[in-house]
Amino acid sequence: MSFTQQKYFYGDIPEDHTGKDNTSTTFETKNEWPLWEVFVRSKQGLDHKHVGSLHAADAAMAMENARDVYTRRQEGVSLWVVESKYIHASSPDDADSFYEPANDKIYRYPVFYQLPDEVNHM
Amino acid sequence: MLEQDLEKIFQNKIDNEIKIEPKDWMPDAYRKTNIRQISQHAHSEVVGMLPEGNWISRAPSLKRKAILIAKVQDEGGHGLYLYSSAETLGIGRDEMINDLHIGKAKYSSIFNYPSLSWADMGAIGWLVDGAAILNQVMLCRTSYGPYARAMVRICKEESFHQRQGFESLLVLSRGTDEQKAMCQDAINRWWWPSLMMFGPKDSESTNSDQSMKWKIKRKTNDELRQQFIDMIAEQIKVLGMTLPDDKLKWNEKTNHYDFGEINWDEFWNVVKGNGPCNKQRLVAKNKAHDEGEWVRAAAKVYAAKKLNRQKEKAA
Amino acid sequence: MHTYLTNYLLHLADTALILSQRNSEWCGHGPILEQDIAITNISLDLLGQSRNFYQYAATLVGPDTTEDALAYLRTEREYKNHLLAEQPNGDWAQTVLRQFFFSAYQYLLYEKLQSGPDEQLAAIAAKALKEVTYHLRWSSEWVIRLGDGTEESHQRMLKAIDELWRYTGEFFMAADYEKEMAVDMASLKAAWMKKLIAVFEEATLPIPENTFMQTGGKTGIHTEYLGFILAEMQYLQRTYPGAAW
Repeated sequence: MSFTQQKYFYGDIPEDHTGKDNTSTTFETKNEWPLWEVFVRSKQGLDHKHVGSLHAADAAMAMENARDVYTRRQEGVSLWVVESKYIHASSPDDADSFYEPANDKIYRYPVFYQLPDEVNHM
Repeated sequence: MLEQDLEKIFQNKIDNEIKIEPKDWMPDAYRKTNIRQISQHAHSEVVGMLPEGNWISRAPSLKRKAILIAKVQDEGGHGLYLYSSAETLGIGRDEMINDLHIGKAKYSSIFNYPSLSWADMGAIGWLVDGAAILNQVMLCRTSYGPYARAMVRICKEESFHQRQGFESLLVLSRGTDEQKAMCQDAINRWWWPSLMMFGPKDSESTNSDQSMKWKIKRKTNDELRQQFIDMIAEQIKVLGMTLPDDKLKWNEKTNHYDFGEINWDEFWNVVKGNGPCNKQRLVAKNKAHDEGEWVRAAAKVYAAKKLNRQKEKAA
Repeated sequence: MHTYLTNYLLHLADTALILSQRNSEWCGHGPILEQDIAITNISLDLLGQSRNFYQYAATLVGPDTTEDALAYLRTEREYKNHLLAEQPNGDWAQTVLRQFFFSAYQYLLYEKLQSGPDEQLAAIAAKALKEVTYHLRWSSEWVIRLGDGTEESHQRMLKAIDELWRYTGEFFMAADYEKEMAVDMASLKAAWMKKLIAVFEEATLPIPENTFMQTGGKTGIHTEYLGFILAEMQYLQRTYPGAAW
């Protein structure tokens, strides 16, 4: 598959207009800190929710960075951080076998059961 | 599965407004375009800290100082959210930053203009952030999930940026003669560059537009620019100032404002590195990064030491 | 007329403002984005503290006085901040060490002030204490991290100590208005040293032995740096007298 993108968009300046050479260099990172995923509980009673990631040298710093970066506007009352490499994610390739089988189990839902009006609030 | 089938499924999702997520199959070019666009967007945020940051020490009141610090800091945060979302596409932040520092990656040219007076802080908030917000609101619906989510977060935070800019100009516009002149001068200098932020005219594009098809972008440059002009042309009346364009005029037929020709030579020159501040901006970012190298190294070494000690203790 | 309380409030406000001004110089130039944001948060907290102190002081000075008049229209000789606050940022080691010295001091001081007799001052201190608790945690960790990091970071910390230690004695030498406020300097000093020793030991840094200390800031005799800070900070207010911003 090939195409050329010619149009320039705000936030996307094409490479042929940059006026610099674009010879790719192999990049080796020197002192990059590991990546951490951040989860915030926005208020008591709610689950922690994934909000993004950040870099930090260790867990203590990751926690503080999460506080400084992701809760500047009182977004949270509790934080979780976990180094990204420890997250195991399901593969989209498995989606059919993982999630499709739940599709036809309508008896798991309350609306499946017809009850007389007198008790229908059950 | 064949690549063309995968591509069909991919395009189907996009047509049906289903977001693309990091582990989903995507065409290489989609990945690359997103990396380029998101990282340029991130670079724009962090380079954008510089022209405003240089007025923090000179802000004329404690209230304005607090607002400005919070705003410039927000831009750092936005850069961070964007780098994070680009990292889900398999590129490290260090690599993106390196591309910026060696001049390979680009950022919005607007930040290569100097901020010369206090009124520039207002003009940047009102015009530059105003232009950016139109683009960002559109990007909240972009097809790549992590990018869209970052934009939602950013838009929420950005909403105060344009308002504070306008409010700050409003005070100047009602102030002393010197303040009024300062206000008009800032608008004169930032008006055309902020129109350039939307990129070249649609008519310059001859090819089919892949970014629109992939719903990375959802409005054309000209559509966004017109929307911006229509908005600002009304708002400036409240300030009692003028926009530096004698062709600017309401058009009954189109229901839009007509406007004069943008200086595209200037635009491409700034993109190519010949803007008034291109060099200073890159020097400043390189200097900060280079001088931070030992800090990052020390933190990494200390983290490893601490971990080892914990292991020894446990053993 | 400035009473001792006014002077004391100005001293607290000036210190917080000048330290905020210094820390904000990092904004956009930090060693990594996350820490750029962190130091800027501290700068914002300190700015907020200084405004609270100035606003309170303004009510004592008179009806025509504002926080901005106090911050922008007083001269070097009228400023009462600690000398340590005005010292240049230097490298990251110097900045985090300066912050640690201050945060440890402010933590102990605000803790006392929050239960002091002046209600308004106590309320400001109680709010500030929460912020400073975090600053102290953040800066302590950085001192330890750099002290016990690489050989280079350790050397840079030693240099920072050499540079800044002589300004720490001023914390505990009471100016007249502090005597009037009956701040117990001796117990502050003991507690501050205790915290310092704990952090420095973990950071594998030596406790400085040099006891000669620079003073003067609290009574308006500053280092040469303050004049430049104020020249920059006050220039718009000075150039356009009476303008509203």
